[in-house]
Amino acid sequence: MKVHYHSYDAVIVGAGGAGLRAAIEVAGKVKTAVITKLYPTRSHTGAAQGGMCAALSNVEEDYWEWHAFDTVKGSDYLGDQPAIDIMCKEAIDAVIDLEHFGMAFSRTPEGRIDQRRFGGHTRNHGEAPVRRSCYAADRTGHMILQTLYQQCVARDVTFFNEFQVFDILFDESTGERKAAGIVAYELSTGDLHVFVSKGVLFATGGYGKMFRISSNAHTLTGDGPGLLFRKQIPIQDLEFYQFHPTGIYGFGILLSEAARGEGGILRNGSGERFMERVAPTVKDLAPRDMVSRAIHAEIRQGRGAGPDKDYVYLDLTHLPPEQIDAKLPDISDFARTYLGIEPKTQPIPIQPTAHYAMGGIPTNVDGEVLVDSNETILPGLYAAGECACVSVHGANRLGTNSLLDIVVFGRRGGKAMAEYVAKVPHPEVARGVETPVRERIQALKDANGTMKVGELRTNLQQTMTLNASVVRTQESLEEALTTIQTIKKQYNDIAIDDKGEVFNYDLVEALELGHLLDLAEAFVIGALARKESRGAHWRDDFPTRDDQNWMTHTLAYRQEDGSVRLDYKPVKGGKYQPMERKY
Amino acid sequence: MTVTDQSSPQIDSHEAEVKVHLKIKRYNPEVDTRPHWQEYDIMLKPGDRVLDALHAVKWKFDGTLSFRRSCAHGVCGSDALVINGENKLACVNLIRNIGTDLTIEPIRGLPVIKDLIVDMEPFFAQYRSVLPYLIANDDPGYKERLQSQSDREKYDDTTKCILCACCTTSCPVYWANDEYVGPAAIVNAHRFIFDSRDQATTERLDILNQKSGVWRCRTSFNCTEACPRGISVTKAIEEVKRAILYDRV
Repeated sequence: MKVHYHSYDAVIVGAGGAGLRAAIEVAGKVKTAVITKLYPTRSHTGAAQGGMCAALSNVEEDYWEWHAFDTVKGSDYLGDQPAIDIMCKEAIDAVIDLEHFGMAFSRTPEGRIDQRRFGGHTRNHGEAPVRRSCYAADRTGHMILQTLYQQCVARDVTFFNEFQVFDILFDESTGERKAAGIVAYELSTGDLHVFVSKGVLFATGGYGKMFRISSNAHTLTGDGPGLLFRKQIPIQDLEFYQFHPTGIYGFGILLSEAARGEGGILRNGSGERFMERVAPTVKDLAPRDMVSRAIHAEIRQGRGAGPDKDYVYLDLTHLPPEQIDAKLPDISDFARTYLGIEPKTQPIPIQPTAHYAMGGIPTNVDGEVLVDSNETILPGLYAAGECACVSVHGANRLGTNSLLDIVVFGRRGGKAMAEYVAKVPHPEVARGVETPVRERIQALKDANGTMKVGELRTNLQQTMTLNASVVRTQESLEEALTTIQTIKKQYNDIAIDDKGEVFNYDLVEALELGHLLDLAEAFVIGALARKESRGAHWRDDFPTRDDQNWMTHTLAYRQEDGSVRLDYKPVKGGKYQPMERKY
Repeated sequence: MTVTDQSSPQIDSHEAEVKVHLKIKRYNPEVDTRPHWQEYDIMLKPGDRVLDALHAVKWKFDGTLSFRRSCAHGVCGSDALVINGENKLACVNLIRNIGTDLTIEPIRGLPVIKDLIVDMEPFFAQYRSVLPYLIANDDPGYKERLQSQSDREKYDDTTKCILCACCTTSCPVYWANDEYVGPAAIVNAHRFIFDSRDQATTERLDILNQKSGVWRCRTSFNCTEACPRGISVTKAIEEVKRAILYDRV
């Protein structure tokens, strides 16, 4: 196994929206490398559909404060209000920046950026849905990813494509732990690369592949959080995981909330518009946690559709066909491709699908990673995007706020890192720092156990979708925990078939499963401890929100012996006091 | 899963599995001197994707089988392959539609590294060569640039490109001459040439007027047929040719 050494000022791990936005901020100022296990344009930002909210008021009256209120309320009061204020205020600049970068937004008849309705986004603190989401047909994420990558090409950013991150390096020579680089594995050769760097920013995305029914790419395996978790850095709010209401039945492929923003309606097996009962004011445009729970209740109470009564319908048949063609072309194609359904004439079978991690690597509003409940900063280490937890999404993210999060906090994280690395010396890294990675790879290749990675991953995904998804109980979570701990033991008895150097995805999948198992275990332990229902974390045995005891963020630590320890830190309040969440 | 009722579609998730025969072109540079075929019989549901077939082989029978994939629903562009002789994405083609006899090879015209994985670097280098980013030197200030709906429509089709290389690696001219920038690069140049906000039309047209540019195209329409995003690739190339000839955008 050959080893290559590189010296950079800043290394960004991950080239989706957050990583690329950070790169635009850093490149040209300091020597920067972007490392991605894919090609940048393959990142999952490209799968985002509906839009990016910002109070531009291009089509109707709107203010960033209304956006902030909706985000706080949507978060079920677990979001940190100072961070939410920053995101909603800077949203306007972020959209304008993207437009200047060449983003192909859909336009109004006057030529301005068009805006449409989206779940949980309202005028004047909940009066009615508001047109706040800036969009590009139903491929907004694709357009943002392409635009940011184009800008990186224009700036001649250095990419290391198809490099899998394996380890983070720290410099502890001064007694204080500082980021000092990463070790990555080059997929095409099997060589190791040591990137010594003053700053490291993780933007590795989510971990939705711990669930069976999931909108996430196969590659979303929590590599950043999983790796840092093993280095005693806590992961925040893991138990808050979003299930998108409208995944294609059986596949989990996302059908954007924009479908309901454009007027689509959810119907149960007998054709009833059940959201009228659940959210009388905003109906089908209620936040995702509420809609997913409503679907779950319809199915559980026998009102689902199909032979097993285990799905409901997304009905677009009353919309003008030309509106479907213009505004929802891609998701219409998905329905045709995967179910053979024509959405102009037939309702589409859907079920909730694992979609988005509200939790992640704890950071402040400048992307600096916080390593304890006192919010101690680890110098040089940054995170942004879905892998991070600022926390702007709290217990439930509003639709479109993820695209906003990546551009706002990608930019802030990149800016902060560029400033930091300009004023610190190069880190001290000993020769041979890659040895643990080399040994780990060799051990995975040499393992001659009896278990297969694919089978263990399927077992993990089954138990998480069954026991730790839209609705949870003590019993279901204990069942999930027992299963995960059994799989973790079996993981020590795996074998991989591919012993080669070139494009050994067998090896990569084994590494990825390790991350998913660690994070799933901490997720379930956090969910067991949180004896309340808030946002996406719904406990049937504790069905109310408990603001007395649980206005806290969970911090999960992996201890030396591999066990998980929980700690908590208070939510940062602001001008909005917790109140009942009605829509 | 099959749809049995048209008005309120009923989907049967217990549909019986069928036997799928796969013939896959394999090549391991660490062992093989030349590619060879390997065959597998697996059980899949008719509603499964070709990508699921590849995963079934990799996860159950042979972990050494190597291929790229990520999103699994046709938006990331990782899994462009030659499937039964045609360039397709493995994740948007169901067994029900494509059949139970599958021949799978790497896309053509780019060097094969291992099994179904080709070297994408030449493809991305050609993409970068057409200045695929907005170039506008005016200062719009602290506000958006305006663009009419009809101006926005002019380049809508070419914004759909996911850089999967299905078009470029279906082009017989590209197979014969790897200097040709290929359809995907032209599509991405078109996206900016016809964007009313862009000011570098002349530079891009000069690049595409060189001998590696649009004049290599022999309008075989392979690219248009191969595009999984439904982009009218040949039409976009023709529009660029006309812009060069008649100085008209």
